[in-house]
Amino acid sequence: MIKVNCKVNGQERALHAHSMARLLDVLREEAQLTGTKEGCGEGECGACSVFLNGEIVMSCLVPVAQAEGAQIETIEGIASGETLHAVQQAFLSNGGAQCGICTPGMVMAAVALLKKTPNPTEAQVRTGLSGNLCRCTGYMKIFDSVLQAVKAAGV
Amino acid sequence: MRAHLPSYEMKTPASLREALKILTTEPGVWRPFAGGTDIMVMFEAGKLAHRKFLNILSFKELKGIEESIEHITLGALTTYSQLQAHAVIRAEFPLLCLAGSETGAVAIQNRGTLGGNIVNASPAADSPPALQVYDTELELVSERGARWISYPAFHTGYKKMDLRPDELLQRIRIARNTKGAHQYYRKVGTRRAQAISKVCFAGLAHLAGGELQQIRIALGSVGPTVVRLSRTEAVLKNGKITKALIEKAKLELAGEIVPLDDIRSTAVFRVRVAQNLLEEFLCGIGSQN
Repeated sequence: MIKVNCKVNGQERALHAHSMARLLDVLREEAQLTGTKEGCGEGECGACSVFLNGEIVMSCLVPVAQAEGAQIETIEGIASGETLHAVQQAFLSNGGAQCGICTPGMVMAAVALLKKTPNPTEAQVRTGLSGNLCRCTGYMKIFDSVLQAVKAAGV
Repeated sequence: MRAHLPSYEMKTPASLREALKILTTEPGVWRPFAGGTDIMVMFEAGKLAHRKFLNILSFKELKGIEESIEHITLGALTTYSQLQAHAVIRAEFPLLCLAGSETGAVAIQNRGTLGGNIVNASPAADSPPALQVYDTELELVSERGARWISYPAFHTGYKKMDLRPDELLQRIRIARNTKGAHQYYRKVGTRRAQAISKVCFAGLAHLAGGELQQIRIALGSVGPTVVRLSRTEAVLKNGKITKALIEKAKLELAGEIVPLDDIRSTAVFRVRVAQNLLEEFLCGIGSQN
């Protein structure tokens, strides 16, 4: 077991875990942040996406030893208190979420995209979300939600 | 089946020097671990035979992109995202950017490294075909010092390479001699993102007086290593791009590669796709003149 010092959603944390434990499991079980989901566990589906030092990564592919000293942001850190992020609000308003398993990862991917490309085309939205699988929506409502969030943020 | 966690270990050396010392004193025991985008997939599937890993992801000596007049030199830990964001690479080595953009998706591109893609030695890796058509050299370091080797000589067989147990890949150096070259890259997989290739094609050619003065073609997923098609290149060299020459080159290609039937595709399909990509590459050169 090792102790990993890192910042999770702005808070200093000392996480105790096996060195090769997946960041995904440590966040869910040790930090009790269960918003981050496990879909495939092999980096294909994006459900476990989090920000590691500001960049989106799949937390199922990160051994926790590599999170030492890192800044981590999970879906729980995306809203400001009770105020949802524009992307979250747009998913709610546009039916972008159905069963909800892919949703945290989709929101993280969308937020990551908008940080780098604040006014994306639909093609850029599709590329930005290409690492995230959804088995419910058929994707169109998710793309609509992201584009809607761009409009809402632009107001 | 999931991995049995307690039987694995990851160690984080304080410096590159300490890592090289560990690799020297315990050769073969510790396997370097960078972005982990391939190793963790095997780990999670319970198929990761190696048990002890050295976390090398923080070493600054393996990071950064340097430019000189003659070369661009990339740290082995350069990520696919960093490749795509670099102005010189975008302008002069677009095939590397394309390879980066077609590997996984954004979250994978933020973690996966160019050095990892080389040392992982998969014949289906996306960046090696691009590296093979450029003049690429690798710097391997150990406690004994550093050595540079020409990249095409590095991969010696399926998952085999000219890398000694005490060595780490530190830097990748590419000659800046692509001015005026026609460059082409296409990965064919089951879908656009998150797919492993069925065939991956990189081509580079210089045309002078309507003739192919220099031509390089490298293919992934059609053999035990990524391969340069020297016989097909020889058919094309000094030729004018005509329908007859394209057909001749496609025939030569079909005899030069020996792909397999596997879970991703069939040998017959791979040969046909590789021929079509060759034609698309050559027709593209023709139409630009």
